Amino acid sequence: MKRSEIIEKVNSFLIEEFEAELEGVSFEANFHEALELDSLDYVDLVVLVEHTFGFKMKGEEFKSIHSFNDFYDFINSSIQVHQNV
Amino acid sequence: MNRVVITGFGVYSCIGKNTDEVTKSLYDGVSGIGLDKKRKEYGYRSGLTGMVDRPDLKKQLKRRQRIGLGEQGEYAYMATLEALLHARIDLDFLDNNEVGILYGNDSCAKAVIEANDVVREKRDTAMVGSGSIFQSMNSTVTMNLSTIFKLKGINFTISGACASGSHSIGMGYLLIKQGLQKQVICGGAQEVNFYAMGSFDAIGAFSTREMEPQLASRPFDRDRDGLVPSGGAATVILESLESAKKRGAKIYGEVIGYGFSSNGGHISKPDVDGPVRSLSMALEQSNIQASEVDYINAHATSTPLGDQNEARAIHEVFGSKPFVTSTKSMTGHECWMAGASEIVYSLIMMKNSFVAPNINLENPDEDSRKLNIPTKPKETEINAFLSNSFGFGGTNSSLVIRKYYP
Repeated sequence: MKRSEIIEKVNSFLIEEFEAELEGVSFEANFHEALELDSLDYVDLVVLVEHTFGFKMKGEEFKSIHSFNDFYDFINSSIQVHQNV
Repeated sequence: MNRVVITGFGVYSCIGKNTDEVTKSLYDGVSGIGLDKKRKEYGYRSGLTGMVDRPDLKKQLKRRQRIGLGEQGEYAYMATLEALLHARIDLDFLDNNEVGILYGNDSCAKAVIEANDVVREKRDTAMVGSGSIFQSMNSTVTMNLSTIFKLKGINFTISGACASGSHSIGMGYLLIKQGLQKQVICGGAQEVNFYAMGSFDAIGAFSTREMEPQLASRPFDRDRDGLVPSGGAATVILESLESAKKRGAKIYGEVIGYGFSSNGGHISKPDVDGPVRSLSMALEQSNIQASEVDYINAHATSTPLGDQNEARAIHEVFGSKPFVTSTKSMTGHECWMAGASEIVYSLIMMKNSFVAPNINLENPDEDSRKLNIPTKPKETEINAFLSNSFGFGGTNSSLVIRKYYP
Protein backbone atom coordinates (compact mmCIF):
# COMPACT_ATOMS: atom_id res chain seq x y z
CA MET A 1 0.00 0.00 0.00
CA LYS A 2 1.33 3.42 -0.94
CA ARG A 3 1.95 5.97 1.82
CA SER A 4 -0.59 8.32 0.21
CA GLU A 5 -3.23 5.58 0.47
CA ILE A 6 -2.37 5.04 4.13
CA ILE A 7 -2.70 8.76 4.81
CA GLU A 8 -6.04 8.83 3.04
CA LYS A 9 -7.39 5.83 4.96
CA VAL A 10 -6.15 7.05 8.36
CA ASN A 11 -7.50 10.56 7.81
CA SER A 12 -10.77 9.11 6.62
CA PHE A 13 -11.36 7.13 9.84
CA LEU A 14 -10.16 10.01 11.98
CA ILE A 15 -12.69 12.31 10.29
CA GLU A 16 -15.54 9.81 10.20
CA GLU A 17 -15.11 7.94 13.47
CA PHE A 18 -13.30 10.52 15.60
CA GLU A 19 -15.02 13.49 14.01
CA ALA A 20 -11.58 15.12 13.75
CA GLU A 21 -11.17 18.40 11.88
CA LEU A 22 -7.92 17.90 10.01
CA GLU A 23 -8.04 20.94 7.77
CA GLY A 24 -4.93 23.01 8.34
CA VAL A 25 -3.35 20.34 10.57
CA SER A 26 0.23 19.64 9.43
CA PHE A 27 1.85 16.21 9.28
CA GLU A 28 4.24 17.42 11.94
CA ALA A 29 1.48 18.40 14.38
CA ASN A 30 1.27 16.52 17.66
CA PHE A 31 -1.01 13.56 16.98
CA HIS A 32 -2.30 13.25 20.57
CA GLU A 33 -2.91 16.95 21.18
CA ALA A 34 -4.45 17.74 17.80
CA LEU A 35 -6.98 14.94 18.28
CA GLU A 36 -7.39 15.65 22.02
CA LEU A 37 -7.05 11.93 22.70
CA ASP A 38 -7.90 10.51 26.10
CA SER A 39 -7.05 7.03 27.36
CA LEU A 40 -10.27 5.53 25.99
CA ASP A 41 -9.65 6.89 22.49
CA TYR A 42 -6.53 4.72 22.09
CA VAL A 43 -8.70 1.65 22.66
CA ASP A 44 -10.85 2.70 19.71
CA LEU A 45 -7.83 3.56 17.55
CA VAL A 46 -6.55 0.00 18.00
CA VAL A 47 -9.91 -1.32 16.74
CA LEU A 48 -9.96 1.07 13.78
CA VAL A 49 -6.42 0.13 12.76
CA GLU A 50 -7.35 -3.55 12.86
CA HIS A 51 -10.52 -2.99 10.83
CA THR A 52 -8.76 -0.81 8.27
CA PHE A 53 -5.32 -2.40 7.92
CA GLY A 54 -5.80 -5.90 9.30
CA PHE A 55 -3.21 -5.93 12.07
CA LYS A 56 -3.48 -5.43 15.84
CA MET A 57 -1.37 -2.68 17.30
CA LYS A 58 -0.62 -2.60 21.00
CA GLY A 59 -1.61 0.30 23.23
CA GLU A 60 1.99 0.90 24.29
CA GLU A 61 3.04 1.44 20.67
CA PHE A 62 1.36 4.85 20.82
CA LYS A 63 4.18 5.99 23.14
CA SER A 64 6.61 6.20 20.22
CA ILE A 65 4.16 8.12 18.07
CA HIS A 66 4.36 11.90 18.40
CA SER A 67 3.31 13.44 15.11
CA PHE A 68 0.81 12.44 12.42
CA ASN A 69 3.82 11.54 10.31
CA ASP A 70 4.93 9.10 13.01
CA PHE A 71 1.52 7.45 12.93
CA TYR A 72 1.48 7.10 9.14
CA ASP A 73 5.03 5.71 9.25
CA PHE A 74 4.10 3.27 11.98
CA ILE A 75 1.15 1.98 9.92
CA ASN A 76 3.35 1.77 6.82
CA SER A 77 6.08 -0.23 8.53
CA SER A 78 3.62 -2.47 10.33
CA ILE A 79 1.87 -3.34 7.07
CA GLN A 80 5.21 -4.27 5.53
CA VAL A 81 6.16 -6.41 8.54
CA HIS A 82 2.83 -8.23 8.33
CA GLN A 83 3.17 -8.70 4.58
CA ASN A 84 6.60 -10.25 5.04
CA VAL A 85 5.43 -12.68 7.74
CA MET B 1 -40.84 17.28 55.30
CA ASN B 2 -40.70 18.88 51.85
CA ARG B 3 -43.52 18.80 49.36
CA VAL B 4 -42.40 17.23 46.09
CA VAL B 5 -43.62 18.56 42.76
CA ILE B 6 -43.15 17.72 39.09
CA THR B 7 -41.78 20.60 37.04
CA GLY B 8 -41.04 18.87 33.76
CA PHE B 9 -41.56 15.69 31.82
CA GLY B 10 -40.51 14.14 28.53
CA VAL B 11 -41.11 10.94 26.64
CA TYR B 12 -39.84 9.00 23.64
CA SER B 13 -42.03 6.04 22.83
CA CYS B 14 -43.75 3.97 20.19
CA ILE B 15 -46.74 6.35 20.21
CA GLY B 16 -44.70 9.54 19.83
CA LYS B 17 -41.22 11.02 20.09
CA ASN B 18 -42.21 13.89 22.38
CA THR B 19 -45.09 14.91 24.63
CA ASP B 20 -46.99 16.71 21.83
CA GLU B 21 -47.00 13.64 19.59
CA VAL B 22 -47.83 11.38 22.53
CA THR B 23 -50.70 13.63 23.67
CA LYS B 24 -52.35 13.29 20.26
CA SER B 25 -51.81 9.52 20.16
CA LEU B 26 -53.23 9.08 23.65
CA TYR B 27 -56.34 11.06 22.80
CA ASP B 28 -56.85 9.31 19.48
CA GLY B 29 -56.18 5.85 20.87
CA VAL B 30 -53.31 5.13 18.47
CA SER B 31 -51.49 1.82 18.75
CA GLY B 32 -47.69 1.76 18.42
CA ILE B 33 -47.50 -2.01 17.96
CA GLY B 34 -46.13 -3.81 14.90
CA LEU B 35 -44.54 -7.06 13.82
CA ASP B 36 -40.74 -7.36 13.79
CA LYS B 37 -39.80 -10.01 11.23
CA LYS B 38 -36.25 -10.17 12.60
CA ARG B 39 -37.63 -11.63 15.82
CA LYS B 40 -39.33 -14.44 13.93
CA GLU B 41 -36.12 -15.20 12.02
CA TYR B 42 -34.22 -15.18 15.32
CA GLY B 43 -36.53 -17.79 16.83
CA TYR B 44 -39.18 -15.85 18.71
CA ARG B 45 -42.56 -17.40 19.34
CA SER B 46 -44.06 -13.91 18.86
CA GLY B 47 -42.60 -11.12 16.72
CA LEU B 48 -44.95 -8.48 18.12
CA THR B 49 -43.35 -5.36 19.57
CA GLY B 50 -43.72 -1.63 20.04
CA MET B 51 -42.05 0.02 17.05
CA VAL B 52 -39.56 2.66 18.21
CA ASP B 53 -37.15 4.52 15.88
CA ARG B 54 -33.69 5.26 17.19
CA PRO B 55 -32.86 8.96 17.29
CA ASP B 56 -29.90 10.30 15.31
CA LEU B 57 -27.78 12.07 17.91
CA LYS B 58 -24.76 12.86 15.74
CA LYS B 59 -25.54 16.56 15.67
CA GLN B 60 -26.49 16.79 19.33
CA LEU B 61 -23.76 14.88 21.11
CA LYS B 62 -20.00 14.60 20.77
CA ARG B 63 -18.45 11.27 19.84
CA ARG B 64 -17.36 10.40 23.36
CA GLN B 65 -20.82 11.25 24.73
CA ARG B 66 -22.44 9.12 22.05
CA ILE B 67 -20.44 5.94 21.90
CA GLY B 68 -21.13 4.87 25.47
CA LEU B 69 -24.82 5.45 25.03
CA GLY B 70 -26.75 2.27 24.34
CA GLU B 71 -30.10 2.16 22.64
CA GLN B 72 -32.08 2.74 25.84
CA GLY B 73 -29.66 5.52 26.76
CA GLU B 74 -30.45 7.30 23.50
CA TYR B 75 -34.15 7.17 24.28
CA ALA B 76 -33.47 8.34 27.83
CA TYR B 77 -31.38 11.23 26.52
CA MET B 78 -34.23 12.38 24.27
CA ALA B 79 -36.83 12.11 27.03
CA THR B 80 -34.58 13.86 29.56
CA LEU B 81 -33.65 16.65 27.17
CA GLU B 82 -37.35 17.33 26.64
CA ALA B 83 -38.09 17.16 30.37
CA LEU B 84 -35.28 19.59 31.21
CA LEU B 85 -36.40 22.03 28.50
CA HIS B 86 -39.91 21.70 29.82
CA ALA B 87 -38.65 22.46 33.35
CA ARG B 88 -36.49 25.33 32.05
CA ILE B 89 -33.40 23.81 33.58
CA ASP B 90 -30.29 24.49 31.49
CA LEU B 91 -26.72 23.18 31.56
CA ASP B 92 -25.58 26.14 33.64
CA PHE B 93 -28.11 25.32 36.34
CA LEU B 94 -27.10 21.65 36.26
CA ASP B 95 -23.45 22.60 36.54
CA ASN B 96 -24.05 24.82 39.55
CA ASN B 97 -26.53 22.76 41.56
CA GLU B 98 -26.57 19.27 43.02
CA VAL B 99 -29.17 17.80 40.70
CA GLY B 100 -29.51 14.02 40.97
CA ILE B 101 -30.56 11.21 38.68
CA LEU B 102 -32.38 7.97 39.50
CA TYR B 103 -33.40 5.96 36.47
CA GLY B 104 -34.97 2.57 36.00
CA ASN B 105 -33.29 0.05 33.73
CA ASP B 106 -33.02 -3.71 34.01
CA SER B 107 -31.18 -4.99 30.94
CA CYS B 108 -28.47 -4.20 28.43
CA ALA B 109 -28.83 -7.31 26.29
CA LYS B 110 -27.88 -5.86 22.91
CA ALA B 111 -24.63 -4.28 24.08
CA VAL B 112 -23.57 -7.38 26.03
CA ILE B 113 -24.35 -9.81 23.22
CA GLU B 114 -22.76 -7.70 20.48
CA ALA B 115 -19.56 -7.26 22.51
CA ASN B 116 -19.32 -10.97 23.18
CA ASP B 117 -19.96 -11.76 19.51
CA VAL B 118 -16.89 -9.64 18.66
CA VAL B 119 -14.74 -11.38 21.27
CA ARG B 120 -15.86 -14.82 20.11
CA GLU B 121 -15.03 -13.95 16.51
CA LYS B 122 -11.74 -12.11 17.09
CA ARG B 123 -10.60 -14.00 20.22
CA ASP B 124 -9.44 -10.64 21.55
CA THR B 125 -11.30 -8.38 23.99
CA ALA B 126 -9.39 -5.34 22.67
CA MET B 127 -11.49 -5.50 19.51
CA VAL B 128 -14.62 -4.55 21.44
CA GLY B 129 -13.65 -0.87 21.64
CA SER B 130 -14.16 1.60 24.44
CA GLY B 131 -17.90 2.34 24.24
CA SER B 132 -19.18 -1.15 24.93
CA ILE B 133 -18.54 -1.28 28.67
CA PHE B 134 -20.57 1.89 29.22
CA GLN B 135 -23.41 0.46 27.16
CA SER B 136 -23.23 -2.96 28.80
CA MET B 137 -23.68 -2.13 32.47
CA ASN B 138 -27.14 -1.98 33.94
CA SER B 139 -26.41 1.56 35.09
CA THR B 140 -25.77 2.63 31.49
CA VAL B 141 -28.47 5.28 31.51
CA THR B 142 -27.48 7.01 34.74
CA MET B 143 -23.73 6.80 34.04
CA ASN B 144 -24.14 8.36 30.61
CA LEU B 145 -26.76 10.99 31.37
CA SER B 146 -24.95 12.12 34.51
CA THR B 147 -21.85 12.90 32.45
CA ILE B 148 -23.72 14.42 29.49
CA PHE B 149 -25.79 16.69 31.74
CA LYS B 150 -22.98 17.31 34.30
CA LEU B 151 -25.09 16.07 37.21
CA LYS B 152 -23.71 16.42 40.71
CA GLY B 153 -26.34 14.88 42.97
CA ILE B 154 -27.44 11.33 43.65
CA ASN B 155 -26.61 9.04 40.73
CA PHE B 156 -27.63 5.41 40.38
CA THR B 157 -29.89 3.00 38.54
CA ILE B 158 -32.86 1.20 39.94
CA SER B 159 -33.54 -2.32 38.72
CA GLY B 160 -36.95 -3.44 39.86
CA ALA B 161 -38.11 -5.38 36.80
CA CYS B 162 -41.24 -3.84 35.29
CA ALA B 163 -41.62 -1.51 38.25
CA SER B 164 -38.13 0.03 37.80
CA GLY B 165 -39.34 3.36 36.41
CA SER B 166 -42.00 3.72 39.09
CA HIS B 167 -39.60 2.92 41.93
CA SER B 168 -37.14 5.49 40.55
CA ILE B 169 -39.79 8.19 40.91
CA GLY B 170 -40.71 6.86 44.34
CA MET B 171 -37.11 6.95 45.53
CA GLY B 172 -36.56 10.44 44.12
CA TYR B 173 -39.70 11.52 45.93
CA LEU B 174 -38.40 10.15 49.26
CA LEU B 175 -35.02 11.85 48.87
CA ILE B 176 -36.55 15.24 48.15
CA LYS B 177 -39.21 14.82 50.83
CA GLN B 178 -36.47 14.23 53.39
CA GLY B 179 -34.50 17.24 52.24
CA LEU B 180 -31.54 15.27 50.90
CA GLN B 181 -31.98 16.50 47.32
CA LYS B 182 -33.67 19.52 45.76
CA GLN B 183 -34.06 18.25 42.21
CA VAL B 184 -33.86 14.70 40.89
CA ILE B 185 -34.22 13.54 37.28
CA CYS B 186 -36.27 10.34 37.46
CA GLY B 187 -37.39 7.97 34.76
CA GLY B 188 -37.24 4.62 33.10
CA ALA B 189 -35.73 3.27 29.88
CA GLN B 190 -36.22 0.10 27.92
CA GLU B 191 -34.23 -1.26 24.97
CA VAL B 192 -36.24 -2.45 21.96
CA ASN B 193 -34.37 -5.05 19.94
CA PHE B 194 -34.50 -8.74 19.13
CA TYR B 195 -31.75 -9.61 21.61
CA ALA B 196 -33.51 -8.08 24.59
CA MET B 197 -36.71 -10.04 24.81
CA GLY B 198 -35.88 -13.59 23.71
CA SER B 199 -35.85 -15.07 27.19
CA PHE B 200 -39.08 -13.25 28.03
CA ASP B 201 -40.65 -14.70 24.87
CA ALA B 202 -39.37 -18.11 25.99
CA ILE B 203 -41.78 -18.29 28.90
CA GLY B 204 -44.77 -17.76 26.63
CA ALA B 205 -45.69 -14.37 28.08
CA PHE B 206 -46.23 -12.61 24.74
CA SER B 207 -49.38 -12.30 22.68
CA THR B 208 -49.27 -14.30 19.44
CA ARG B 209 -52.01 -12.36 17.69
CA GLU B 210 -49.50 -11.61 14.93
CA MET B 211 -52.06 -11.22 12.16
CA GLU B 212 -53.48 -8.16 13.93
CA PRO B 213 -50.56 -6.44 15.69
CA GLN B 214 -52.52 -3.35 16.71
CA LEU B 215 -55.23 -5.47 18.30
CA ALA B 216 -52.79 -7.70 20.18
CA SER B 217 -52.38 -5.66 23.37
CA ARG B 218 -55.85 -5.83 24.90
CA PRO B 219 -55.69 -5.32 28.67
CA PHE B 220 -58.84 -6.34 30.55
CA ASP B 221 -60.39 -7.90 27.44
CA ARG B 222 -61.73 -11.44 27.76
CA ASP B 223 -59.74 -12.56 24.71
CA ARG B 224 -56.31 -11.21 25.75
CA ASP B 225 -53.55 -13.73 25.21
CA GLY B 226 -50.43 -12.10 26.56
CA LEU B 227 -48.41 -8.89 26.61
CA VAL B 228 -46.62 -7.12 23.77
CA PRO B 229 -43.09 -5.96 24.64
CA SER B 230 -42.21 -2.37 23.89
CA GLY B 231 -39.88 0.37 25.05
CA GLY B 232 -38.34 3.83 24.81
CA ALA B 233 -37.86 6.16 27.75
CA ALA B 234 -39.69 8.64 29.93
CA THR B 235 -38.40 11.26 32.34
CA VAL B 236 -39.94 13.42 35.04
CA ILE B 237 -38.20 16.23 36.88
CA LEU B 238 -38.96 16.02 40.58
CA GLU B 239 -38.28 19.08 42.65
CA SER B 240 -38.93 20.37 46.14
CA LEU B 241 -41.76 22.87 46.19
CA GLU B 242 -39.37 25.43 47.65
CA SER B 243 -36.92 25.02 44.78
CA ALA B 244 -39.68 25.12 42.16
CA LYS B 245 -41.07 28.33 43.66
CA LYS B 246 -37.62 29.88 43.86
CA ARG B 247 -37.03 29.14 40.17
CA GLY B 248 -40.51 30.31 39.24
CA ALA B 249 -41.09 26.91 37.63
CA LYS B 250 -44.43 25.76 36.27
CA ILE B 251 -45.79 22.92 38.41
CA TYR B 252 -47.54 20.04 36.65
CA GLY B 253 -48.42 17.96 39.68
CA GLU B 254 -47.44 16.98 43.20
CA VAL B 255 -46.29 13.51 44.23
CA ILE B 256 -48.27 12.75 47.36
CA GLY B 257 -47.85 9.03 47.84
CA TYR B 258 -45.42 6.20 47.07
CA GLY B 259 -46.41 2.71 48.10
CA PHE B 260 -44.36 -0.42 47.65
CA SER B 261 -44.50 -4.06 48.57
CA SER B 262 -43.20 -7.46 47.66
CA ASN B 263 -45.49 -10.42 47.08
CA GLY B 264 -43.12 -12.87 48.76
CA GLY B 265 -44.45 -15.57 46.48
CA HIS B 266 -43.96 -16.89 42.97
CA ILE B 267 -41.27 -15.37 40.76
CA SER B 268 -43.57 -14.61 37.83
CA LYS B 269 -47.13 -15.32 38.95
CA PRO B 270 -48.85 -12.15 40.21
CA ASP B 271 -51.11 -12.12 43.26
CA VAL B 272 -53.74 -9.81 44.74
CA ASP B 273 -52.45 -9.17 48.26
CA GLY B 274 -49.10 -7.61 47.24
CA PRO B 275 -50.62 -5.00 44.90
CA VAL B 276 -53.37 -4.25 47.43
CA ARG B 277 -50.73 -3.50 50.07
CA SER B 278 -48.74 -1.32 47.66
CA LEU B 279 -51.63 0.81 46.48
CA SER B 280 -53.14 1.03 49.96
CA MET B 281 -49.81 2.28 51.30
CA ALA B 282 -49.60 4.93 48.56
CA LEU B 283 -53.15 6.02 49.24
CA GLU B 284 -52.72 6.17 53.00
CA GLN B 285 -49.56 8.23 52.66
CA SER B 286 -51.23 10.63 50.24
CA ASN B 287 -53.79 11.52 52.86
CA ILE B 288 -56.65 11.50 50.38
CA GLN B 289 -59.66 9.19 50.24
CA ALA B 290 -59.98 6.47 47.62
CA SER B 291 -63.01 8.37 46.33
CA GLU B 292 -60.80 11.37 45.52
CA VAL B 293 -58.74 9.39 42.99
CA ASP B 294 -60.25 10.25 39.61
CA TYR B 295 -58.09 8.04 37.42
CA ILE B 296 -56.05 4.88 37.83
CA ASN B 297 -53.41 4.03 35.27
CA ALA B 298 -53.38 0.28 35.66
CA HIS B 299 -50.33 -1.91 35.27
CA ALA B 300 -52.55 -4.35 33.29
CA THR B 301 -50.26 -5.83 30.65
CA SER B 302 -52.82 -7.92 28.78
CA THR B 303 -51.94 -11.22 30.45
CA PRO B 304 -54.90 -13.32 31.60
CA LEU B 305 -53.96 -13.66 35.28
CA GLY B 306 -52.20 -10.32 35.85
CA ASP B 307 -55.10 -8.20 34.60
CA GLN B 308 -57.60 -10.28 36.54
CA ASN B 309 -55.71 -9.92 39.80
CA GLU B 310 -55.17 -6.19 39.34
CA ALA B 311 -58.84 -5.64 38.52
CA ARG B 312 -59.70 -7.40 41.78
CA ALA B 313 -57.14 -5.36 43.74
CA ILE B 314 -58.40 -2.06 42.28
CA HIS B 315 -62.00 -3.00 42.91
CA GLU B 316 -61.23 -4.02 46.48
CA VAL B 317 -59.69 -0.64 47.31
CA PHE B 318 -61.44 1.82 44.97
CA GLY B 319 -64.73 0.21 44.01
CA SER B 320 -66.20 1.07 40.61
CA LYS B 321 -65.98 4.86 40.60
CA PRO B 322 -62.61 5.98 39.23
CA PHE B 323 -61.75 5.75 35.56
CA VAL B 324 -59.32 2.88 35.01
CA THR B 325 -57.32 2.35 31.82
CA SER B 326 -54.17 0.60 30.78
CA THR B 327 -52.20 2.74 28.34
CA LYS B 328 -50.40 -0.50 27.48
CA SER B 329 -53.35 -1.16 25.16
CA MET B 330 -51.66 1.43 22.89
CA THR B 331 -47.99 1.22 23.85
CA GLY B 332 -47.55 -2.43 24.73
CA HIS B 333 -45.59 -3.21 27.86
CA GLU B 334 -42.71 -0.77 28.15
CA CYS B 335 -41.22 -2.89 30.94
CA TRP B 336 -38.38 -1.07 32.80
CA MET B 337 -39.70 2.20 31.37
CA ALA B 338 -43.38 1.59 32.03
CA GLY B 339 -43.61 2.91 35.58
CA ALA B 340 -42.18 6.25 34.45
CA SER B 341 -43.90 6.52 31.07
CA GLU B 342 -47.27 5.80 32.61
CA ILE B 343 -46.74 8.69 35.01
CA VAL B 344 -45.96 10.89 32.00
CA TYR B 345 -49.03 9.61 30.11
CA SER B 346 -51.19 10.29 33.16
CA LEU B 347 -49.68 13.77 33.67
CA ILE B 348 -50.51 14.53 30.03
CA MET B 349 -54.10 13.45 30.67
CA MET B 350 -54.32 15.47 33.89
CA LYS B 351 -52.90 18.56 32.17
CA ASN B 352 -55.26 18.26 29.19
CA SER B 353 -58.34 17.06 31.12
CA PHE B 354 -59.01 13.75 29.42
CA VAL B 355 -58.70 10.03 30.05
CA ALA B 356 -57.14 8.12 27.17
CA PRO B 357 -59.13 5.14 25.95
CA ASN B 358 -58.32 1.57 26.87
CA ILE B 359 -58.29 0.42 23.26
CA ASN B 360 -59.08 -3.15 22.19
CA LEU B 361 -61.41 -3.76 25.12
CA GLU B 362 -64.31 -5.41 23.34
CA ASN B 363 -65.51 -7.94 25.88
CA PRO B 364 -64.71 -7.21 29.52
CA ASP B 365 -64.30 -10.29 31.68
CA GLU B 366 -65.98 -11.00 34.99
CA ASP B 367 -63.52 -8.81 36.96
CA SER B 368 -62.92 -5.92 34.58
CA ARG B 369 -66.69 -5.56 34.11
CA LYS B 370 -66.80 -4.21 37.66
CA LEU B 371 -64.42 -1.35 36.79
CA ASN B 372 -65.10 1.95 35.02
CA ILE B 373 -62.92 1.42 31.93
CA PRO B 374 -63.55 3.88 29.05
CA THR B 375 -62.89 2.63 25.53
CA LYS B 376 -63.23 6.10 23.98
CA PRO B 377 -61.40 9.26 25.10
CA LYS B 378 -63.23 10.82 28.02
CA GLU B 379 -63.11 14.58 28.56
CA THR B 380 -62.91 14.96 32.33
CA GLU B 381 -61.04 16.79 35.05
CA ILE B 382 -58.41 14.70 36.80
CA ASN B 383 -57.43 16.08 40.17
CA ALA B 384 -55.61 13.03 41.41
CA PHE B 385 -54.43 9.80 39.82
CA LEU B 386 -52.74 6.60 40.89
CA SER B 387 -50.35 4.57 38.78
CA ASN B 388 -49.50 0.95 39.50
CA SER B 389 -46.42 -0.96 38.40
CA PHE B 390 -45.67 -4.58 39.19
CA GLY B 391 -42.68 -6.72 38.26
CA PHE B 392 -41.17 -10.20 38.30
CA GLY B 393 -40.17 -11.31 41.75
CA GLY B 394 -43.35 -9.74 43.07
CA THR B 395 -42.07 -6.17 43.28
CA ASN B 396 -44.91 -3.63 43.42
CA SER B 397 -44.90 0.16 43.24
CA SER B 398 -47.78 2.62 43.35
CA LEU B 399 -47.61 6.38 42.99
CA VAL B 400 -50.31 8.93 43.75
CA ILE B 401 -50.07 12.30 42.03
CA ARG B 402 -52.38 15.25 42.46
CA LYS B 403 -52.74 18.65 40.85
CA TYR B 404 -50.74 21.21 42.77
CA TYR B 405 -52.72 23.27 45.25
CA PRO B 406 -50.68 26.00 47.04
